[in-house]
Amino acid sequence: MIEARGLSKRFQDKKRGEIRAVDNVNFTCQPGKIYGLLGANGAGKTTTLRMLATILEPTDGTAIVCGYDVVEQPEKVRANVGFLSTATALYRRLTAQEFVEYFGRLNGLDEITLKKRVDGIFSRLDMNSFRDRRCDKLSTGMMQKTSIARTLVHDPPVMIFDEPTNGLDIMTARTITAFIRECRDNGKTVIFSTHIMSEVEKLCDTIGIIQSGKLLVEGSLGQLRDKYGEHELEEIFVKVVTPHYVAEEAN
Amino acid sequence: MSMRNIGIVYRKELTEAVRDRRTVVSTILVPLLLFPVLSVGFAAMAVALVGKAKDEVPKVMLRGGADSPAVVEGLRKLDKIEIIPDAPNWKDQIINKEIRAAVEIPTGFQADVAAQKSDTVKIFNYEGEMKSEFATEKVEKYMKDYRDTVVKERLAAKNLPEAVLKPFEVKQENVAPPEKVSGAAFGGLIGYMVILLCMTGAMYPAMDLTAGEKERGTMETILSSPISRMHLVLGKFFLILTAALGTAALSVLSMGVSFSVLSHYAGQTGGGRAAAATFLLKLGPKAVFSVFFMALPVAVLFSATLMTIALFAKTYKEAQSYLTPMTFIVIIPAVAAMLPGVELTPKLSLIPILNVSLLCKELVTGTYHWNFITIIFLSTCVYAAAALFIAIKMFQRESVLFRS
Repeated sequence: MIEARGLSKRFQDKKRGEIRAVDNVNFTCQPGKIYGLLGANGAGKTTTLRMLATILEPTDGTAIVCGYDVVEQPEKVRANVGFLSTATALYRRLTAQEFVEYFGRLNGLDEITLKKRVDGIFSRLDMNSFRDRRCDKLSTGMMQKTSIARTLVHDPPVMIFDEPTNGLDIMTARTITAFIRECRDNGKTVIFSTHIMSEVEKLCDTIGIIQSGKLLVEGSLGQLRDKYGEHELEEIFVKVVTPHYVAEEAN
Repeated sequence: MSMRNIGIVYRKELTEAVRDRRTVVSTILVPLLLFPVLSVGFAAMAVALVGKAKDEVPKVMLRGGADSPAVVEGLRKLDKIEIIPDAPNWKDQIINKEIRAAVEIPTGFQADVAAQKSDTVKIFNYEGEMKSEFATEKVEKYMKDYRDTVVKERLAAKNLPEAVLKPFEVKQENVAPPEKVSGAAFGGLIGYMVILLCMTGAMYPAMDLTAGEKERGTMETILSSPISRMHLVLGKFFLILTAALGTAALSVLSMGVSFSVLSHYAGQTGGGRAAAATFLLKLGPKAVFSVFFMALPVAVLFSATLMTIALFAKTYKEAQSYLTPMTFIVIIPAVAAMLPGVELTPKLSLIPILNVSLLCKELVTGTYHWNFITIIFLSTCVYAAAALFIAIKMFQRESVLFRS
């Protein structure tokens, strides 16, 4: 489970002064459900997810991930989280297997468990044909599978995906979305951010719309349709975001 | 502190490093090949060039001397010199290297010598030009020998012994053992080499493991793993330290081998280098161990400092532009220690790099000033610890890790 409590992040910018990238965000993600964080570029999605993955530290507020506080016990949180984004690249000079094993060891797995896990994941994701190939020689699809294997090697109960399909071709993107569904079906808590409406419509149990660092609205797709009287998520998104966007532009 | 986690990071970084062509070239191949290529290659070239210059029969122009036939005849009989007649453009001919020198015998020279009047024989040459200087030496030697003969004849005519001109001798005699003598001459070089190569060895991995990781997008991947940032930075640091010490060790080894090969090769012609070779062979494990023991905190200082600076950069190229000036900051004190007359004082023993460089000069001559060794080792350890502490702190700063 993930519980964000007043999660906030401020940055200092030399030209623009203080920037509130994430401003008092509260939400809850349940096990076996997918929470979709929907927002435009620069809305605060990545910063929110980085704070949940303890890559960044909140300026105010906190989040509880699997019972651990992201501020107080960041290493425990990371041991229970699989984090995947298009920015999480592979070590190019390691083979696919070495790469996954490295993260397994960092997650404290002993050699016997690690071997079993790696063999299982490589078979399940159909990766055996390139397990000894260096990561810089892999195709985009193979790279994505290797990244997925990395997030799974320690079998974390929470999965965080930051725009995981960004810039990927349709087939590779489908591999990722299928994997996200599989995580949910296996009872994992899943949160993922995107600006692609169709992905949210297909995958998410709960949708949170974020703009200017603020979580503006939250609910299931059905609840949002009823509330805003629109069927298309894109229309709902525009209705929610426009007043804030206009105010922001005016500033 | 989990040594297991530090070890995991270290092993992974080592695997990546040995698979990276640039790292292998900068930390293994360059130090191994630099000295053989530079010293043996350069010496072989120098020997060949000098030999060729000595084999040449230089043309020397004779100016005047018509009334001094004996002197002229002596010059003409000189081995491996071609005496050519006077020409008005003699200066240009020397400058254009058509002739190597010109010798001017003053009018009435032989008669003046006989009358015990003083004259000046001038030799014109191209200063700094090797072949011209060889020709000058030959002519000058002939003229000096002629002068000595004249002096001897004059003394004999007056029944005076030759000792009249040399009432007593002045002689220098060395009492320092040979290793101390060569240590004083070449000792600074060892310290300088080890310090500089610790620096260059650490430089590439320091950039690759920090700015390189940011550039390749793996920083976020590793930060999302449960390893603490302190363990991560220490794993990286130990790999950089290994590269620094490895490069220095390989270089000293390669330098020793090159010089010993050189001493056989250069033989008589390379007196200085042969002495260096003998010196290095005489160094022995104790001196080498002492130098490396003192270099250890310096390598820690470099590794941590370079890593911290490179971490600020977003790209490999940016890191390069930050670290290249660091080479000069290191070279200056290391070179200063090699200057003659610069010796250890309590104040100098607190200046990083310079102190170790000066101490290495003493260590290789077998002189162990324990008070200085203690001060320098401890002060360098303090600097190194501070640098490592800053590196760990920097790795925990988001503004550094995610600089945009």
